[in-house]
Amino acid sequence: MSDHPIGKPVPRKEGRKKVTGQALYVDDLSFPDMLHGATVRSPVPRGKIRSIAFGGDIPWHEFTIVTAKDIPGANYVALILNDQPYLAEGFVNHAEEPILLIAHHDKYLVQEARRHVTIEVDEQPAVFTLEESLAKKAIVWGEDNVFKKFLVDKGNVDDVWANADLIVEGEYETGAQEQLYIENNGAIAIARPGEGVTVWGSMQCPYYVHKALVKLFDLPEDKIRIIQTETGGGFGGKEEYPSLIAGHAALLAWKSGKPVKLVYDRAEDMVATTKRHPSRTRHKTAVSKDGKLLAMEIDFVIDGGAYCTLSPVVLSRGTIHAGGPYNCPNVRIHSRAVATNVPPQGAFRGFGAPQSIFALERHFDLVARAVGLTPEEFRKRNFVHEGETTATSQVIRERVDMNGLLDRALQLSDYHAKRERFARENANANGGFSKKRGIGFATFMHGAGFTGSGEVYLQSVVSAEATSEGRVQILAASTEIGQGTNTIFSQIAAEALGLDFDDIDIVQPDTGRVPNSGPTVASRTSMVVGKLVESAVIGLKQTLIGSGLLGEGYTPADFRAACREYVARYGPLKSSATYQPPPNIHWDDEKYQGDAYGAYAWAVYVADVSYDELTYEARVEDFVALQEVGRVLNPVLAAGQIEGGVAQAIGFTLFENVVWKNGRMANNQMTNYIIPTPVDIPPIRVYFEENPYAYGPGGAKGIGELPMDGAAPAILNAIEDATGQNFTRIPLMPEMLMEQYEQERNRT
Amino acid sequence: MSKSEIALKVNGQSHRLEVFPMARLLDVLREELQLTGTKEGCGEGECGACTVIVDGRIVNSCLVPVVQVNGSEITTIEGVAGEDDLHAVQHAFIEHGGAQCGICTPGMVLAAVDLLERNPQPTEADIRTALAGNLCRCTGYMKIFESVLQARSSK
Repeated sequence: MSDHPIGKPVPRKEGRKKVTGQALYVDDLSFPDMLHGATVRSPVPRGKIRSIAFGGDIPWHEFTIVTAKDIPGANYVALILNDQPYLAEGFVNHAEEPILLIAHHDKYLVQEARRHVTIEVDEQPAVFTLEESLAKKAIVWGEDNVFKKFLVDKGNVDDVWANADLIVEGEYETGAQEQLYIENNGAIAIARPGEGVTVWGSMQCPYYVHKALVKLFDLPEDKIRIIQTETGGGFGGKEEYPSLIAGHAALLAWKSGKPVKLVYDRAEDMVATTKRHPSRTRHKTAVSKDGKLLAMEIDFVIDGGAYCTLSPVVLSRGTIHAGGPYNCPNVRIHSRAVATNVPPQGAFRGFGAPQSIFALERHFDLVARAVGLTPEEFRKRNFVHEGETTATSQVIRERVDMNGLLDRALQLSDYHAKRERFARENANANGGFSKKRGIGFATFMHGAGFTGSGEVYLQSVVSAEATSEGRVQILAASTEIGQGTNTIFSQIAAEALGLDFDDIDIVQPDTGRVPNSGPTVASRTSMVVGKLVESAVIGLKQTLIGSGLLGEGYTPADFRAACREYVARYGPLKSSATYQPPPNIHWDDEKYQGDAYGAYAWAVYVADVSYDELTYEARVEDFVALQEVGRVLNPVLAAGQIEGGVAQAIGFTLFENVVWKNGRMANNQMTNYIIPTPVDIPPIRVYFEENPYAYGPGGAKGIGELPMDGAAPAILNAIEDATGQNFTRIPLMPEMLMEQYEQERNRT
Repeated sequence: MSKSEIALKVNGQSHRLEVFPMARLLDVLREELQLTGTKEGCGEGECGACTVIVDGRIVNSCLVPVVQVNGSEITTIEGVAGEDDLHAVQHAFIEHGGAQCGICTPGMVLAAVDLLERNPQPTEADIRTALAGNLCRCTGYMKIFESVLQARSSK
């Protein structure tokens, strides 16, 4: 009998390697005669490179030095707009922009040498914030500093304002956030003209790197091979960035003829690589006296940094999620991604949605108060139900019960009793400094998979192979980055074949070996790629049954024997599956209307927060995360995703403040960019509702990004409950709390 | 600065090494002894990924010049498991989801092993305090606490 692993807390596939220190990350690898690389970067945010000088007591003749002139193919990171050079040629657009690369056998000398390259730049005017970019303080990209804009228009908001009972406006901001995977970015390359390029690296998306290096070296696809090494966290920070560092390592390897390792230290990783896009959202909301939404006008802007990278797609997801899980007849969302002279911002778990959802869920507490309803009652009057439509006019066809989720979350968190008790105790705190408590929540959804037609465009493929030992191998480019890809794929395959979890092997992503199952992003690995795993292994089974070697009602032992026999008789047995969209998915890329995502996860998060009037410290004391995610494939991994995402979102809200100075991150150390530690995190209580999704493997939907969305507004709503203060910006650091609180106190 | 001879006993095995005395213990373990289970996360003693046990005390090996531990006994993640079986902490991390991406795991496991050596019955508050020098970006720590509580009761 099979062990039917779906739904069970099967231990992580590669867990043993990880707890014994045997798992090999890129910096753990070494090759004979290997050089160590380093990147020489721009000292200023914008300007024309005047001179480059190699000084100091450095044996420069021993170094491999690469400049833009050494690039054999195209000098851009192939992605969306192809505007980002691998190495700046003549002009720099952001601080820390790569200008040249150096390599030497001695990894200490290479760091010393880097400090002795002097680059002089004639500075030109730069913009550092989205406000400056929108105001066109200087034009730093294209004609108007705008990478991309979207307009979502449902109904007609203009008809509503004049006769609305109530109009509530607000403006909300979120800051940059560093992904802060504990393993820094790194790559090792071997490259020889005539032979090709091989790169090992820490990455989420081997085929992104592959595509970029094909252009960089102007080589045929089969001359570029990208291999993912064990990856110590990504969170989006290793989605597009590895294309750059892999290319740099490969350029040094190409010129030197030797293996080159290029691994950043923490300070370089933080100062030079992508972060979450800072955002500004303006809301104008019309409601009736009885609290029904009449119109929502939303202006959403994100700061993309100096080059486009993935900003259009981040903007897209943020735009689509800006209207939330609500049914409103008239919605207009106008959004823009703008250029500034800071290092390019990039993918980070949630991908624009945490920014726009923060604004919406904070704003809706204000709207509720304005209309005289409790936050929960206001939302209940406006939740989207089956058959109703979202902001993009997507008709919700799945069963969704936001009312039920909200009731359950409020009950699990003891919301009503706490709200009443905190109000009483806060009022009785008789002067002086004391701790105040508050409780707040957010209700939200997160779409899984690529937006709109994205999945159709990707045409992802997964293969499965039966081995001569009777085992089944899964071949996919989807990477294990801690979230559990290896384990989930093994569970899905074993379940579909009636085999044991241990009968399945996952092949390490290597573009020379695995098909392109798309990037490991967008909460798509379990739901979209997992479904392809299921289809591919079913193909194996059908072939075996068709060959007469396997009968219906087989045992795992029969299956293994049939594989062995098949391979012995006919040679390799392989089956591949290509993405097929679920039926009735229609998306209009022009109008930004239609079925934005095949499925959504739905959630209600509740934060119980204390606020210390002496230290101005806000602290999350208890956290309830309730979500409907289709079928839970592995309860330990799923809860781990939610807990980790909530912790990261608590960091986003209360801890993680990127300090910018002249377009450069000034606090690029773990000493002064603070992420939550074991003593900072409250109990995170995770609950799932299961409503199997017909087109997900075993009924699963995506969950990876969802937990990043709800904590920030829930926490600020709780802080308002505790303090009576309307805070509209995150991160909300104690000094910012102090400033606003004192201003308010002085005024009253 | 010239190299000098340093004696270390690592995971029960004695080594005499010619190294720069101010080399970081982290680099000596990884590069001279090929014990790459000890990880570098920040290089400034904040994240704890490079945690090892030196003479019964946990240290951040990125902050320790190797000369300072001349003659010491060191345990790295490679020396935690017994001959035949994993340590109870390692078992618990696998079973309870204490490891996700795995990069903080060696340091986290060593910090937990050290805690249980000193305090075989820690409360959750004790565990939080003991692990406060080890940062994890994946788990939100809940499953790590569960793992250590489980290892405690299975000891």
